[in-house]
Amino acid sequence: MAKIIVDGVEVDVPAEYTLLQAAEAAGAEIPRFCFHERLSIAGNCRMCLVEVKGAPKPVASCAWGVRDCRPGPNGEPPEISTKSPTVKKAREGVMEFLLINHPLDCPICDQGGQCDLQDQAMAYGVDTSRFHENKRAVTDKYLGPLVRTSMNRCIHCTRCVRFTAEVAGVPDLGAIWRGEDMEITSYLEKALGSELQANVADLCPVGALTHKPEAFHFRPWELTKTDSVDVMDAVGSSIRVDSRGREVMRILPRVNEAVNEEWITDKTRQIVDGLRLQRLDRPFVRENGRLRPASWQEAFAAIAAKVKGTDPKRIGAIVGDLAAVEEMYALKLLMASLGVSNIDARQDGTVLSPAYGRGSYLFNTTIAGIEDADAILIVGSNPRIEASLVNVRIRKRWRMAPPPIALIGEQADLTYPYDYLGAGPETLAELVAGRHSFIEKLRSAERPLIIVGQGALSRPDGLAVLSTVAQLARDVGAVKDGWNGFSVLHTAASRVGALDLGLVPGEWGLDARSMAQGGVDVLFNLGADEIDIAPGAFVIYQGTHGDRGAHRADVILPGATYTEKSGTYVNTEGRVQMANRAAFAPGEAREDWAILRALSDVLGHRLPFDSLNALRAQLYAAHPHFAAIETVQPADGLAAVQTLSGIGGSLGREAFVSPVKDFYLTNPIARASGVMAECSALARELKLEAAE
Amino acid sequence: MAVRKLAPEDMQPESFVLSPETEAFADKEIAKYPPGRQASAVIALLTKAQEQAGGWLPRKAIEAVAAKLGMPVIRVMEVATFYTMFNLEPVGKYFIQFCGTTPCVLRGAGDIKKVLEKRIGEQNHVTADGTFSWLEVECLGACCNAPMVQINDDYYEDLTPENFEKLLDDLAAGRPVTTGSQIGRNRSEPHEAVNTLQDPSLYDGSQIGAWRKRFEEQAQPASTGEPAAAAASLPQQAKAAKPEAGRATESDAADTPAKRAKEGEAPIKAEERKEAADASKATAVDPAAGKDNKSS
Repeated sequence: MAKIIVDGVEVDVPAEYTLLQAAEAAGAEIPRFCFHERLSIAGNCRMCLVEVKGAPKPVASCAWGVRDCRPGPNGEPPEISTKSPTVKKAREGVMEFLLINHPLDCPICDQGGQCDLQDQAMAYGVDTSRFHENKRAVTDKYLGPLVRTSMNRCIHCTRCVRFTAEVAGVPDLGAIWRGEDMEITSYLEKALGSELQANVADLCPVGALTHKPEAFHFRPWELTKTDSVDVMDAVGSSIRVDSRGREVMRILPRVNEAVNEEWITDKTRQIVDGLRLQRLDRPFVRENGRLRPASWQEAFAAIAAKVKGTDPKRIGAIVGDLAAVEEMYALKLLMASLGVSNIDARQDGTVLSPAYGRGSYLFNTTIAGIEDADAILIVGSNPRIEASLVNVRIRKRWRMAPPPIALIGEQADLTYPYDYLGAGPETLAELVAGRHSFIEKLRSAERPLIIVGQGALSRPDGLAVLSTVAQLARDVGAVKDGWNGFSVLHTAASRVGALDLGLVPGEWGLDARSMAQGGVDVLFNLGADEIDIAPGAFVIYQGTHGDRGAHRADVILPGATYTEKSGTYVNTEGRVQMANRAAFAPGEAREDWAILRALSDVLGHRLPFDSLNALRAQLYAAHPHFAAIETVQPADGLAAVQTLSGIGGSLGREAFVSPVKDFYLTNPIARASGVMAECSALARELKLEAAE
Repeated sequence: MAVRKLAPEDMQPESFVLSPETEAFADKEIAKYPPGRQASAVIALLTKAQEQAGGWLPRKAIEAVAAKLGMPVIRVMEVATFYTMFNLEPVGKYFIQFCGTTPCVLRGAGDIKKVLEKRIGEQNHVTADGTFSWLEVECLGACCNAPMVQINDDYYEDLTPENFEKLLDDLAAGRPVTTGSQIGRNRSEPHEAVNTLQDPSLYDGSQIGAWRKRFEEQAQPASTGEPAAAAASLPQQAKAAKPEAGRATESDAADTPAKRAKEGEAPIKAEERKEAADASKATAVDPAAGKDNKSS
């Protein structure tokens, strides 16, 4: 720790702090453009100038360490000033230079109202320009369907360049030419090839990079901000949903160090148009092979008529990837009251089950815990597309000091180098048998991390694979006091919550696949769109979009998306998070728990709650950990690993394949989004180009 | 800085492969840096690739260098566009870098530029036969022999329009040319006679303390006559815009009673007195006399 005096306030900060950090510790605000906490230090905007006692001129506080300051003549702590007239004058000079070439187009700029330059010009700007030459003009660049450019506004902070190179790991952007002619571009203006690219527009302190899909749609001050949680993958990124009236206008990341830091994927951000397209806004009933709009009463009557005449053994329920805990709990109670044991939330056929303990299906290490791992093995997963922000953490870990990283499964560009061990279970078996050299690295690691993905688990021999991975974890000491390196990576936002609730087939119950293949006569489908349901069964689809599930439905009950209801989601770590309502569901669509409550009444098994609060009170009584919002209830990893490794089984021969075929089109909301379709087409094109 | 851009698509070659020689050079350069730091060799490789490609860097060459160094292409592109020494558009067989910085201009670079414009045309344009192209660059550091140009790797100095024209003729015709000074100067020695360090007084000890002595002499007020000249150049009397303005001046010009009294004469002359008494010339109105006047 080092002492430093900031504006007369003495603070004690770590010596490796920069002056900017020290000033913030002392409560002083430092303006900045190029500096960003999560990126490397560039020191090129000069806005953060402060005065250091004894230094001949102002210094850039973002690039000057506390330990680089000299003490006073009698050993006094170094002194800096962030508010002196010199500092103000210096910053005003910097601002004047920045504004020389910055166009005065705030009225037509999408960044207006959320612009760092605008804000800081209020403090350090001058009202007139002394510059009488022509302003610089720069041609706009094409950077793909998500980022709109207006390069005249660029102030060359290079945050975007640093983000793509450092965090995203796809060094597409660069600064070409030099001096006044410097331009930010991708090589030959190719579209950016990262699934995190839209974050560069968030990072841009001016309006040079803005979000293309939402260009000119709104002003930031018109929007109502709702804190929420993302359901596009099982990471559960913290988001802020901005809405105007009933319409969600945009989705932004929220800082959450434990999950997404401050990034979100493009899918999380840009499915906004998918929230209003292809929506189911009224109930439908299939008559003579055609779906016709119906009233809620008609729809419920059709269901009741069918359910009442069916043996509970021939009734089943499957739950999709976007369902919140509340409606899953309501469905569970409803099915239990009907005497139905055919219930399954694992439409992808994964073998995970609460039977083996909570530790058997969680990402026990936690996402932030990845940074502590000192050897990483990924089995049957492509984290870059299945959980991009987990991949960002692994990359962050790799950038700190590269640990040994290995992959068994599909070979893909994960943005960091890794040892490719093999494609399938055979390699895994070799590793467990100790016949592969990587086992030594795992054994010698103090905190080995083994990530097993759904590509290894949603297959006939999934249980054997899971058991083998558990054996491996036990052998290399991945689960011990203070460290649990056995981590399951999920792809569906609802999955962990469903497993916590126990939404798996009961005794003699059928699993999702058997139900879909004709095991039941009446199938209640709560938003499962990734499973093919064979003809024959009477299907009740409760969901939001006219997707695959709705096409195969006999009765459609229109539900609410995650932005239209308050719902609990549990992410892959087991972190309980709450999504909040930012807008109302369209037309006659209702919140899902309320639909199930109303249906239960018609079926004669009224669910014992009349409000969301009453439902939650019951839910929390039955499953107390759901009440602990934002926290992870740690699971007993050792017991889970013991149980799992005892299962055994014979491994198959096929290679592991990632369940996510197309990153941009993994759920009905994304499939309804035009922006995602465009991204998907472009990604395919880039892939083809790369293959050439 | 001149506006630079990538060569248009139709000028770009279909492919570019590092020649064995370039490859060998690249490996040697890469070996200079620690493993994993091969990107440090990028400038050397780009230079060599430019040489191989005939004085400019096609897009494919940039990509080839990136592939060789395992760098993202945009990173190599950044370097290639930053340094003006990398030509991104085709250049002539003889690429003339013409120095247009102050010392050369003072020594007549303007005329050399006119020759270039006349013979080759605009900057950055290759002649139809592909022989020449030129570019104005900043100081190349041969100011002592200004004006000068760099043609490919060599300097050509002490240029005059005549010898520069001849130089270009020789190059175009493939005749051998002399590099360096074009007027027979040995490197950057004085041209006419070598006087430097040849003054005997340098070696007889008389220079010891001479500089200080001269300095002290010059520190005295110099008798250059300049202060006197400066003083003389000033007007003798400060002149106001109107000479009499606001000033009581005495002048001999007028014959006034005050003057006469001062000089002891009668203030008023007899004839003046008589003239003043003449009622017909009076300006004052005497009512009685007036009546008379009117009646008469």
